Amino acid sequence: MLKHTLSLAAACALLLGAANAQAASPGRDYISIVGSSTVYPFSTAVAEQFGKTSKFKTPKIESTGTGGGFKLFCSGNGIDTPDIANASRRIKKSEVESCSKNGVNEIVEIKVGYDGIVLANSKKAEQLKLSRKDLFLALAKDVPSPDDPAKLVSNPYKTWQDVNKDLPNTKIEVLGPPPTSGTRDAFVELVMEPGCVEFASIKALEESDKNAFKATCQTVREDGAYIEAGENDNLIVQKLEANNKAMGIFGYSFLDQNTDKLQGSVIEGGEPTFENIAAGKYTVSRPLFIYVKKAHVGVIPGMSEFLAEFTSEAAWGQDGYLADKGLIPAPKAEQEEFAKTAKDLKPLVLE
Amino acid sequence: MHSNMTSDSSATAQVRRSLPKRYARERRFRFLGLAAIVLTLLFLVLLLGSIFLKGWTAFQQTHVRLDVYFDPAKLDVGNLNNADYGALVRASLQDMFPEAESRSERLQLNRLVSTGAAFILQDILTASPELIGSTQPFWLPADDEVDMLIKGHSPRDVPESARRLSDRQLGWIDSLLAQERLEKQFNTAFFKNGDSREPELAGVRGAITGSFYTLMLTLALSFPIGVAAAIYLEEFAPKNRFTDLIEVNINNLAAIPSIIFGLLGLAVFLNFFGLPRSSSVVGGLVLTLMTLPTIIIASRASLKAVPPSIHEAALAVGASKVQTIFHHVLPLALPGMLTGTIIGMAQALGETAPLLMIGMVAFIVDVPQSLQDPATVLPVQIYLWADSPERGFIERTSAAIMILLLVLLVMNAAAVYLRNRFERRW
Repeated sequence: MLKHTLSLAAACALLLGAANAQAASPGRDYISIVGSSTVYPFSTAVAEQFGKTSKFKTPKIESTGTGGGFKLFCSGNGIDTPDIANASRRIKKSEVESCSKNGVNEIVEIKVGYDGIVLANSKKAEQLKLSRKDLFLALAKDVPSPDDPAKLVSNPYKTWQDVNKDLPNTKIEVLGPPPTSGTRDAFVELVMEPGCVEFASIKALEESDKNAFKATCQTVREDGAYIEAGENDNLIVQKLEANNKAMGIFGYSFLDQNTDKLQGSVIEGGEPTFENIAAGKYTVSRPLFIYVKKAHVGVIPGMSEFLAEFTSEAAWGQDGYLADKGLIPAPKAEQEEFAKTAKDLKPLVLE
Repeated sequence: MHSNMTSDSSATAQVRRSLPKRYARERRFRFLGLAAIVLTLLFLVLLLGSIFLKGWTAFQQTHVRLDVYFDPAKLDVGNLNNADYGALVRASLQDMFPEAESRSERLQLNRLVSTGAAFILQDILTASPELIGSTQPFWLPADDEVDMLIKGHSPRDVPESARRLSDRQLGWIDSLLAQERLEKQFNTAFFKNGDSREPELAGVRGAITGSFYTLMLTLALSFPIGVAAAIYLEEFAPKNRFTDLIEVNINNLAAIPSIIFGLLGLAVFLNFFGLPRSSSVVGGLVLTLMTLPTIIIASRASLKAVPPSIHEAALAVGASKVQTIFHHVLPLALPGMLTGTIIGMAQALGETAPLLMIGMVAFIVDVPQSLQDPATVLPVQIYLWADSPERGFIERTSAAIMILLLVLLVMNAAAVYLRNRFERRW
């Protein structure tokens, strides 16, 4: 028995030793990508295609969120750091600075396309036609008082009709992502803020008290009308199916996959369709990016080939497989520009 | 005496009077207990029922029978790796439906067959290049939209704009059905493939392999270390403040949220030791840290359960302390230790939170070949699929849950079996 135990212990020691020895082994033969969960479905589609059609291994893609992705991406130039960061917003100045502090100086920015954020409800209910102002009034925590627009009061609106008399008399009930989500950030930036500055009293606040202005425009109400439904968009889709009165906020690809059950609300006169978002007729859309670490091109095998695949017509074109997955292609001229950036690996310069 | 008797009978009467109340109390308690069990069972049936109902269809996949002509003009024997196999599929579809002429019509037609069909043809031809020049019938996977329609997960009685398949495509599907060229077959891809963004090609093999590597390493490390720690603490260590402190800490660690172990793993194994991110090595090490307290506590409990008489008898006939423990105490305590280990392993199998920190929540297509390869595990695969927009992933999520539940069931059954088979009671 003792002998057995000893040999077991020896085996363990060997295993640990082996693990450590291999850690020192140089090189990584696959591309490592981190970042936004919004870009994840598109990057993964390209990665899979790339892995199957090229002689290189399939890239590994982690869904860490945009901010978390940049943190990893900017942590250094070593090969244990990621090669590409997915982002559902442009890289911030502070992130570029933290990158260069760690020696990551040359970053190539590629805009891969657009994503729409939709407000949808069940097909059994009426389709809503909303303005950003309506949405701000329906969802903000504090709104200008209906009696005295100069004064802010905590949101008194209970139904859509209270907000705008052309809207149906149903309770305001919106399921949406939590504050940790990039979709929520984009919704606030693209809908709440533009809706907010339409009020003269709040616009004036921007000059006098920047923090109060921000708090007013960005804070979503917490009295139960806005329900944080978690990061899982499929869950929101299921809940909308079950509840005709509820509205949900999520990415366009989930509407695209569920057109038999859901309809997107018209916002500022634009319906969230593939064509409208591509043509810029739907206001609530945001660009998606990938950021490439130039120092890793030529070090990690397959980097430039992967970028060529991503920027090929077969992938991000009008009829490409990414459009099938719900990515809205960028206009032709923009695509050409970024395909060239990807080919020449022109580093990003933030002005 | 007399008075005593009356008081006696009055006591009996009092007891008698209270009897119905006490019986009622017992009945109430029994009823509550039974109701609790029925309620739990009801929820269990609901949960399993909904998973099974949603998931069982994933074990079948719609296939299309295509007559593929291995056109020598399109295939160069010397360069089979770079040929356009998709063109073979497209040509076959075009032959069947020559009426699709415009570019957009052809695009719609080609979308009926999975993009994976080309890779299947490539594998077939690489294995037997002599097929070039011949026409062969093959059952190839249909696209997930077709699959969802055939399985009834996507409705066809809605306006065209509300469907992902056009009227034209429905017409082709009907004609394929009429020719018996469309049929549901056992979904081998689900067990053969790694992850994919196409539901019809996605499989659990990568995740199962990753889970296997990770758990094997966890077992290989945590069982010997846990048992050794338990034996030392229980049999050799002096009882003082220091060992008390260790004991408190072990109990405490067993209750710590698992994500903390992920943070620890990130700091120690990735940042300090530089082990490869997303690999099963790091996953196994992190899960080892997580399961160790469970195993140590279970092992100590089963060591304690061995009667002291066995100890004393062995010592009395002259066995040394080590001999006593290894020849007599440990064999008796082993079944309990194994049970604890299996329960710890089952817990480790279902973990995702600590793996998030070390990069195992990732899209990984290639099935891992070694401990250092990037890998993911079953619960992570479930999480990633549950978050995918394609409808085909809904049933695959449930199917993967069914597989995870099956593995857990086998592990727990093994624990019960081991306990019944080897455990001795005094």
